[in-house]
Amino acid sequence: MNFWRSNRFWAWIALSFGILYFALPLIGTFEFSLRMKRGEYSLEAYRVILGDPRFQATFLYSVMMALLTIVVGVLLVVPTAYWVRLKLPRWRPVVEFITLLPLIIPAIVIVFGYIRMYNTSSALPLTGSAFGTDILMVAGYTVLALPYMYRAVDTGLRTLDITTLTEAAESLGANKITILAKIILPNVLVAILSGAFLTFAIVIGEFVFAALLNRPAFGPFMQLIGANRAYEPAALAVIAFSITWLCMGLMQLVTRLQQHTQVKQFR
Amino acid sequence: MAFLEISNLQKDYAGNRVVENFNLAVEQGEFISFLGPSGCGKTTVLRMVAGFETPSAGSIRIDGKDVVNLKPNQRNIGMVFQAYALFPNMTVAQNLAFGLKVAGKSKAEIESTVQEMLALIKLEELGQRYPFQLSGGQQQRVALARALAVKPKLLLLDEPLSALDAKIRVSLREEIRSIQRKLQITTIFVTHDQEEALSMSDRIVVMHKGKADQLGTPFEIYNQPKTRFVASFVGTINVLEGVVTNPQTGSFKLNGTELSLGRSLSKLKMGDSIALALRPEAASLGQVARKAGQLQGIVQDVNFLGSVIRVRVKVGESVLSLDGFNQPLVAPPKAGAQVIVSFSPEELLVLAD
Ligand SMILES: Nc1ncnc2c1ncn2[C@@H]1O[C@H](COP(=O)(O)OP(=O)(O)OP(=O)(O)O)[C@@H](O)[C@H]1O
Ligand SMILES: [Mg+2]
Repeated sequence: MNFWRSNRFWAWIALSFGILYFALPLIGTFEFSLRMKRGEYSLEAYRVILGDPRFQATFLYSVMMALLTIVVGVLLVVPTAYWVRLKLPRWRPVVEFITLLPLIIPAIVIVFGYIRMYNTSSALPLTGSAFGTDILMVAGYTVLALPYMYRAVDTGLRTLDITTLTEAAESLGANKITILAKIILPNVLVAILSGAFLTFAIVIGEFVFAALLNRPAFGPFMQLIGANRAYEPAALAVIAFSITWLCMGLMQLVTRLQQHTQVKQFR
Repeated sequence: MAFLEISNLQKDYAGNRVVENFNLAVEQGEFISFLGPSGCGKTTVLRMVAGFETPSAGSIRIDGKDVVNLKPNQRNIGMVFQAYALFPNMTVAQNLAFGLKVAGKSKAEIESTVQEMLALIKLEELGQRYPFQLSGGQQQRVALARALAVKPKLLLLDEPLSALDAKIRVSLREEIRSIQRKLQITTIFVTHDQEEALSMSDRIVVMHKGKADQLGTPFEIYNQPKTRFVASFVGTINVLEGVVTNPQTGSFKLNGTELSLGRSLSKLKMGDSIALALRPEAASLGQVARKAGQLQGIVQDVNFLGSVIRVRVKVGESVLSLDGFNQPLVAPPKAGAQVIVSFSPEELLVLAD
């Protein structure tokens, strides 16, 4: 078989094209971010960005938001997905559809909904205070993360024989809370972590919610820098990308580590 | 009053009655098997006792207390499932400790009970393993020990051996029985394998279409089946159709020969047709002096099963199975040979419908 006509050749072409398509802009951005000092490559742009107190404040704020979103998401999604699988298996497609809605409805629609519902002249004026607005932020981010979180957890649950494990635990005297905490949660931990890393990546760079609710998050800061500076935005983009990739890498790592408590009912 | 009393139990699923008029009284320490074909309602009855299903009618009393309104986690009943259902995130020792922790036992007590249970199932070395590092048979023993660790009032096992291969199935059923004897725990064992039920049980409930057809010792179930279903489900039978000639003496006509059961047929009258069952091991090939019943037939096929040889003989329209022990010096008959099948009429079982 001639190499040039083989499938392998075309596979390599496609792969190279993909790599170039993704890598070139990144390499370009990275190279540009190093050119802040005239005539030499330096990390000056990174030094400026990382030293900017607004960077530190907004980044910290977004990390807090991301962690809160993960906690709320887990508390919301794990019991729901468990309950639906255990008691309402027929409703699973419906619930799954609902959790996919945030992919269809633009974030801006959700924000305007929130602003209309919870403005200062409403019954529940959450937008009136920074704390109230933060609650809205976490609620909104939880919604944005829902498709990823739910899918991850639901897939994790699928590898378990939920019904029998629940019944076994019940016959040993356990109640539903104990079962969730001691059996279900530990067994879907890996799925939760992968959902959590995705959530983290989404929330860290999110712009629409933070901008329209006027909160000091990392997304608007990136936009601000991008509009006013030359080299720093490139450095920021590289940083943001690195965070996302780190999350993805950790996700993979955790999935590998799972081998240890691998679920196997029959051999 | 019996330790476990189930009366008039009934279960409907959307108008479909899957358990009907089910009654059972189990004494403390007894080993009872539910035996029946797939779909006859064995699991449903067991799950109602465990509390996973709510009866549509009837009552379940354990140790004198009605448990129908109690949740499964309030009943103190140990349960072992076909799929083992060990908690995959916990080691063997942690699995065994789970129920004790939930019950709020002290650390020392948990530790000693776990060791005791590991010794009971002879897996002392494997306490730190995870379930996925165990064989199926080991997993099921852990599941049994986990259920027993909390000292339940009742042990329920739903086809615990079905997922295992034949050799382990036999050794594990002996182990389960000996543990049950040692702890004197009242046990219900669900199976569709008659050999399991016959070899393990104090008494067997044969279930058919949601009802208990017969309750009795393995000996009674096998030798005095009350219905045609029980006779045919437990062991193999040959059904012979005869005509009653004298109900008082138990005489009847079979293929033109008059024979007697040696006991009266009170419910029948002269001229009634009668269904009689003949166990394969109760029939022999060739004429036997003590056996008055004789039928002419042609050998259809011969199955050599090792210690037993099963010969199928065509008699008139029907085919009879005969079991005889292997005799090294006597060759079995060949297919097509003309033979006589003989039996003692007293050993025939009368089948009610
Ligand atoms: N949740 C349910 N909804 C509707 N019908 C059910 C349900 N559970 C069981 N059934 C029906 O009840 C009948 C008895 O089921 P059950 O599981 O008790 O049978 P079984 O004797 O345990 O059979 P097997 O040997 O196959 O386990 C079956 O016809 C089954 O289809
Ligand atoms: Mg069953």
